[in-house]
Amino acid sequence: MRRENPNIVEAKCYHCGESCEDERIRFEEKDFCCQGCKLVYEVLSENDLCNYYQIEEFPGESQKAKSARANRFDYLNDPEIEQKLLDFKNETETHYTFHIPLIHCASCIWLLENLNHINQGVISSRVDFVKKKVQIRISNDRLSLKELVVLLSSLGYEPRINLSDLGKKERPKADKKTINRLAVAGFCFGNMMLFSLPEYFSERELLDENFQSVFNYLNVLLSLPIVFYAAVDYYNSAWNSLKRKKINMDVPIVMGIIALFLYSLWEIFIHQEAGYMDSLGGLLFFLLLGKIYQQKTFATLEFDRDYKAYFPVSVTRFKKDTEEVIPLTKVSVGDILLVRDEELIPADCILLDNQCYIDYSFVTGEEVPVKISKGELIYAGGRLKGDQVKMTVQKSPSQGYLTDLWNNDSFEKSKDSGLVPLSNKISAVFTRSVLSIAFAALIFWSFTDFGIGVKAFVSVLIVACPCALAMSTPFTLGNTLRIFGRNRLYLKNAGVIERMAESDTFVFDKTGTLTDTAKASIQYHGEELSIQSRRILKSMVEYSTHPLSNRINQWLGPIEKFGLDSIEEKRGKGLEARFLGQQFRLGSEEFTEKVIGKESLKGNLVCFTVEDILIGYFEIQSGLRKEAESVVEELSQECEIHLLSGDHSHERKKLKEKLPGISEFHFNQSPKDKLNHMGELKTHGSKSIMVGDGLNDAGALQESYVGIALTDEISHFSPASDGILDARSFGIIPQFLAFSRSTKNVIKASFALSFIYNIVGISFAVQGLLSPVFCAILMPLSSISVVLFTTLSTNVIAWKQGLFKIKSN
Amino acid sequence: MEVIFLLIAISLVLAVSFLLLFFRANKGGQFDDNHTPAIRILFDNEHKQKVKKDQPKKT
Repeated sequence: MRRENPNIVEAKCYHCGESCEDERIRFEEKDFCCQGCKLVYEVLSENDLCNYYQIEEFPGESQKAKSARANRFDYLNDPEIEQKLLDFKNETETHYTFHIPLIHCASCIWLLENLNHINQGVISSRVDFVKKKVQIRISNDRLSLKELVVLLSSLGYEPRINLSDLGKKERPKADKKTINRLAVAGFCFGNMMLFSLPEYFSERELLDENFQSVFNYLNVLLSLPIVFYAAVDYYNSAWNSLKRKKINMDVPIVMGIIALFLYSLWEIFIHQEAGYMDSLGGLLFFLLLGKIYQQKTFATLEFDRDYKAYFPVSVTRFKKDTEEVIPLTKVSVGDILLVRDEELIPADCILLDNQCYIDYSFVTGEEVPVKISKGELIYAGGRLKGDQVKMTVQKSPSQGYLTDLWNNDSFEKSKDSGLVPLSNKISAVFTRSVLSIAFAALIFWSFTDFGIGVKAFVSVLIVACPCALAMSTPFTLGNTLRIFGRNRLYLKNAGVIERMAESDTFVFDKTGTLTDTAKASIQYHGEELSIQSRRILKSMVEYSTHPLSNRINQWLGPIEKFGLDSIEEKRGKGLEARFLGQQFRLGSEEFTEKVIGKESLKGNLVCFTVEDILIGYFEIQSGLRKEAESVVEELSQECEIHLLSGDHSHERKKLKEKLPGISEFHFNQSPKDKLNHMGELKTHGSKSIMVGDGLNDAGALQESYVGIALTDEISHFSPASDGILDARSFGIIPQFLAFSRSTKNVIKASFALSFIYNIVGISFAVQGLLSPVFCAILMPLSSISVVLFTTLSTNVIAWKQGLFKIKSN
Repeated sequence: MEVIFLLIAISLVLAVSFLLLFFRANKGGQFDDNHTPAIRILFDNEHKQKVKKDQPKKT
């Protein structure tokens, strides 16, 4: 039905939907792009699970790039690892929860929940789509952990197991508690409103005196859970801030709660009046609602990763000439490890084989792989390029060069300390003025009637309760957080927005942030290169350390060199070599005296000539992200921009031309240097936003005012940071900044709005005219109007900035 | 009119039991995932017993 005629429509893989250009496998009248995809289909069709393909079109993931090493899950046989991964175990069954980043559609849920039809050892499985987790129950005698993981990965759903998972699993359940508090407040508030309703309509005369007092006592009863359970967090927070001799937003709130509660008790028990218990209930209900709104978290993201999340869980160790796969935690100094192509080096090691290439881009930002010879030290965090090699461990994984960074002090302290949010600054002023107005009213009235004086004093405290004030920040920031989230910038908490708004300096990492390594490509135009010319080229570029030479070297691949007669490098221009009496030149247009005539590519062309005859030229695409230029230009109008790079300074000139907005360039920066640079900025008083990607930026991200980790795949690893930005949204960084700044204005405007309410309320209160009805109308009205105002205005601003989207995609 | 006292008592007991049920549901994780069940309910429940078919299903 979907593909009536495969000859007309381009053949697409039945499993993953990728076009079958390179390879086309026909199986049961269906096309597959690779053996892996076909294999998954076979497993499914054998077990009569082809429904998988009917729920969504092309539900699978391409199986092309999968590593097929059979023994890579061997470490799961280790009982210690098993113990750490399981949730529950008894004699017959074991429960596991796996994180599977590939869960993306309804078909995934269906298949993973039907695992028991493929393997009888699975008792049941349940998917949490949002968290991308699956909980599986298996029976102990039929299936082992390793077999289960092998089964999952054979279906294309390989679980992600990393070292930090093996640590403590439990996450704090603080949000559940807040929801319970909200439920209690809502329950009490609703019931109190029912009992207070007669009061509002002056219907009390119609009712018995008995009813009146019963309703009042019921209100007292219902207020107890509010005061002693729902509001507890506010007491703690206010007390903590008073202990530090500071006034935060919760101090006036607690003052209001206490005043409302005690005054109502006094009214109800002494005067047989109605009291303000319903207003108290409403106050707490709205406050907690705002708190939950602000607490919105991105459950699937982890912001506090350390190096453990990057390192492999298992390594292959040689012991008495046999390979064994062991968990990384069991590696000790002196072990001989076998590392394969594209694998991460887990600890500082010494190479035992002749030579290898290590890609340190993750650690240092240097793009070009480094050659390591026998006996040299390889730092942990590097990635092996090429054939497998053996190495012997020098330092345990937790003490390597890279992990050393985590011992820096900046990882100890939390960023939020020492920062005063806008709302706290205002609340200090607010509390002082409310208290002085209240005392002024007390003194004024006590000349005539002390009773009214006390009433006015308490009334001011009650009505000035900063409900609306306290709600403007959480609702504005909460909504901003959601809008950012829809635009693929995920912030750790709402406080980051305020910090973003204040920052004046942007610091970018180069490799992987401003540039995209995947984009850097190299193309050759001209006569086809013979094997001999390739070998000559290889010998020439190997001589030079220029980045373009390195790129060409990579493009040439592993071929053998010639011994050249002579070679000379003209710095910044090109290479000149002699071989068998012929002159070879490789370099810029000026150097080779040739004109290709592609103006736009100037500086990225490398011509190859033999005896002054042009053979061909290399076209090297700069790896700069396509939005980088506009982002830097827009930001440079408001901020200072620095660039930090672990790379050599060879690209300085080119970058300066392309990105004129950058005021400072720093090259050859080690991860520690980057951290120190951010520290210097801090001591000079600038508030900096660091945008980085790799582990090498981890220190700088931590030390900066706001650290944003850029990642191509949100569910993949990113260093500990305040926010995670999807690389697709790189181009709208200026809009994010502008939006966070307008957010601050929205907060200020809503403060102004709630001040107006307070002035109205207080003007009644000082005259001693406050009544429960007045309170019951004014308080919810002010809260709701502030919430409406903040939500609407943030949405309007988002729409103006082009950030307003209904749904993220 | 005195019956209202009784009604109030009943209504409060009822409301409190709903609150307790909510606590239980919250603790049991019923509100942890509010996306997957919405998809899950649309799956066909019937699953054929493991009978190997010669012909693969047509799409």
